[in-house]
Amino acid sequence: MNHLLTTEGLDRASIESLLDDADEFAEVLTRPIPKVPALRGKTIAMMFFEASTRTRLSFEKAAKALSADTMSFSPGTSSLSKGESLRDTVLTVRAMGVDLMVVRHKATGAPWRLAEWLDIPIVNGGDGAHQHPTQALLDCLTIRQRFGTLDGLHIAIVGDVKHSRVARSDIYAMATLGADVTLVGPPTLLPVDLEGWPVKTTSDLDGVLSSVDVVYLLRVQTERGGASVFPSLAEYATRFGMSSERFARLSDDAIVLHPGPMNRGVEIGYDVADDERALILNQVSNGVATRMSVLFRLLGGDSDA
Amino acid sequence: MHDLILKGASVSTVEGLRAVDVAITDGAIAALDEDLSAAERIIDCTGQWIGPAFVDIHTHLREPGHEWKEDIRSGSTAAAAGGFGAVVAMPNTEPPIDSGYLARFVKEKGVESGLVDVLASGAITMGRDGETMSHIDDLWSAGVRMFTDDGDSVENAAVLRAAMEYIEALGGVVAQHAVDRSLSGSGFMHEGSVSSRLGMYGIPSEADDVTIARDLMLAELTGVKYHVQHLSTRRGVELVRAAKRSGLAVTAEVTPHHLAFDHEDVASTDANFKMMPPLRSSDDRDALREGLVDGTIDAVATDHAPHAALEKDVPFEQAPNGVLGLEWAASVAIGSSGLDQSTLFDRMSVRPAAIAMIPTHGSLLAVGSSATVTVVDPKEEWTPVTTASKSRNAPYVGTAMVGRVRLTLKNGTITHEVAP
Amino acid sequence: MRQVMSSEDLGRVVRRIAHEIVERNQGVANVLILGIPTRGRPFADRVAEALTDIEGEPVVAGSLDIGMYRDDLDTRPRTRIGPTDIPKPIDGADVVLVDDVLFTGRTIRAALDALADLGRPATVQLAVIVDRGHRQLPVRADFVGKNIPTSVTEHVSVRMQPIDDEDGVWIGSESDA
Repeated sequence: MNHLLTTEGLDRASIESLLDDADEFAEVLTRPIPKVPALRGKTIAMMFFEASTRTRLSFEKAAKALSADTMSFSPGTSSLSKGESLRDTVLTVRAMGVDLMVVRHKATGAPWRLAEWLDIPIVNGGDGAHQHPTQALLDCLTIRQRFGTLDGLHIAIVGDVKHSRVARSDIYAMATLGADVTLVGPPTLLPVDLEGWPVKTTSDLDGVLSSVDVVYLLRVQTERGGASVFPSLAEYATRFGMSSERFARLSDDAIVLHPGPMNRGVEIGYDVADDERALILNQVSNGVATRMSVLFRLLGGDSDA
Repeated sequence: MHDLILKGASVSTVEGLRAVDVAITDGAIAALDEDLSAAERIIDCTGQWIGPAFVDIHTHLREPGHEWKEDIRSGSTAAAAGGFGAVVAMPNTEPPIDSGYLARFVKEKGVESGLVDVLASGAITMGRDGETMSHIDDLWSAGVRMFTDDGDSVENAAVLRAAMEYIEALGGVVAQHAVDRSLSGSGFMHEGSVSSRLGMYGIPSEADDVTIARDLMLAELTGVKYHVQHLSTRRGVELVRAAKRSGLAVTAEVTPHHLAFDHEDVASTDANFKMMPPLRSSDDRDALREGLVDGTIDAVATDHAPHAALEKDVPFEQAPNGVLGLEWAASVAIGSSGLDQSTLFDRMSVRPAAIAMIPTHGSLLAVGSSATVTVVDPKEEWTPVTTASKSRNAPYVGTAMVGRVRLTLKNGTITHEVAP
Repeated sequence: MRQVMSSEDLGRVVRRIAHEIVERNQGVANVLILGIPTRGRPFADRVAEALTDIEGEPVVAGSLDIGMYRDDLDTRPRTRIGPTDIPKPIDGADVVLVDDVLFTGRTIRAALDALADLGRPATVQLAVIVDRGHRQLPVRADFVGKNIPTSVTEHVSVRMQPIDDEDGVWIGSESDA
């Protein structure tokens, strides 16, 4: 594996082995010294051209837990505002001696351009509304820890799938691992053409509650552009929000996930987020272990590619 | 003793296709006969097609104002390499061609380069602002016959109607880059299965079609000659077909890239597949090919759009729209749509010259006419490795093609030749 | 490839090493057996079983993965990570690392680094089935099944159930591998 850019086309064995290693790295994070020297001497650059706190911190922690050094680039104070092109920016950083880049960019396909321009592994930390593969991996890890496997699980992804890179990455990864995925949302928030996607769709959340094992809630993205596609947040919460009342109708073993940050009271009920079966904080800690697994895989030598 | 004889080809003449040699002297066609032999130079054109040089009615030469991408000289060189004898330059230059002096400037630069005839089209509105009519009379007297705001559409129906009436009275043609921007909005590619997979904002076919449908009604109302630029949708083709059947003075063009590619090619997010209108579905592409063959689409027009490498080597949605096209248009037309000789020269020379009202081009060969001809080998397999343009934004370089322009002549002078 | 140890040889080695561990540590009360994945683990499990027999007290082996501590990640094909499972505290224990083959000593060096991050053992001892020579670091085994001189290009293959179908040790040239 040379890069991790997308979950589309990632085969089952590769995903499982990344998750297996992530389990081991999760154990490392519980040790008195939660650090291993595996990537000592390597430098990992966090090229975050789109604002992010959680993902960037998670990658930084993962890199440091592997004893790598990190460099962080963020927009605003950067040379991009002085008119430097993306290509020149990344070539400059590469020339400082960087072994791997994690990139987040609001333009779809940006990580693929970096992979063309550079000779080091690239990890996609989120491109446009297209892909966010490490999020999907940590989500699958969290589900696997709870259920042992994703085979045959019924997973509902609820909300603004149309503009969600998390959803696109999750759909491919979850389907590859054997889950049945249903997209739940209003027609204006589902992708225009779902031909060939391994999913079912519905706009009736209540209809799936009793049969679903995992409810994956997407945040309502008020910051992304495009024409207004939904009447109001209150309407959204009423029809698609995981309220306490809906939560009570889930089966006893069902769990709730959310990629964060949450809009409590909109897509997720105030109290639901704190319930034992809402594994949101597990997702976050699994995120570090998952990213350790990915970084280790890309920099630890891999001839399986 | 003639200056030049082209031997052994199939020739598109006023009397139809003839297997004759073409003799050229003093810039004109001196003879069309079998077994000609007395010439300073004889070129063997066995198995090849000879016809009137191509005319591109949609080219961006970028001069004045954007000369780092292309200028009239480099654009002319690329045009000659593609078998063109004349091109119509689009007015979205800096400053835009909304006044006569700029049209004259462009024409004279073409004369200076001496390779192809460069005619300017004129903007319909001042500065292409979509509001105020440009200096149409001034442009007309500078030789402009085709009016377009290309790069933008004239969206306001009242403004378009008024311009149509004015231009109709002069006898010119209104060409429209048809798109409704409230529907195309923030889209970067065709709205469909690929845009859904990529999570990219898409432009539905309807964005083009609603404008074409509306414009056709205004064309009927005003009686103006109306030309649809770069058709990209099946419904667009159908609208044009129906309009022609009902007797409207409507014409249409298609680009080589819309004949060659579809939105699956965009999946790589390579910005060399980013253009406006976008590459659409394979069904739309099939409709365009059928329309070109059956004559609903009158012309292959390149929409040659040079952009510097540093502008295109960026994430997809940040790249400017457009790709090069002059040098490979005929190859694509032959390879993708299987055009035969008559149809090729009809769609790339005869009809475009008529649409753009260029009387000195687009005539089938006859003794006495100007020796402005193109020689095409329809079977040659080749792979382009370079381009004469200043820019490099072409998805064709490195791709195998069938059909190649071997020789271009303007008034008897060779403007492009491929060494045998 | 030629076989140099049979299944019975392996069984004898396990019992002898178990006795030596008891002797050296005066019992097993403070001993912690850790196998290095992959084949160090089944070997460690068998030693633990033998110790349970000898001493009458249950002895359970754990495992210590060193994939995250290797110093040669860049030059190897993919480094697999195995489980780390420590059944009792490391601090103050007499840790017996268990591996199948001792060669350059780099694996053991990585294991010492891993142990150091996990706690402070009283002693660290090493038990191996085969010592094949060619040390690149000052590492020696305390308990050895068999010393087998090899050339650097030869390949030593240890097979153990349940990972493999059979038990035994084979040696071959590089092309046999």
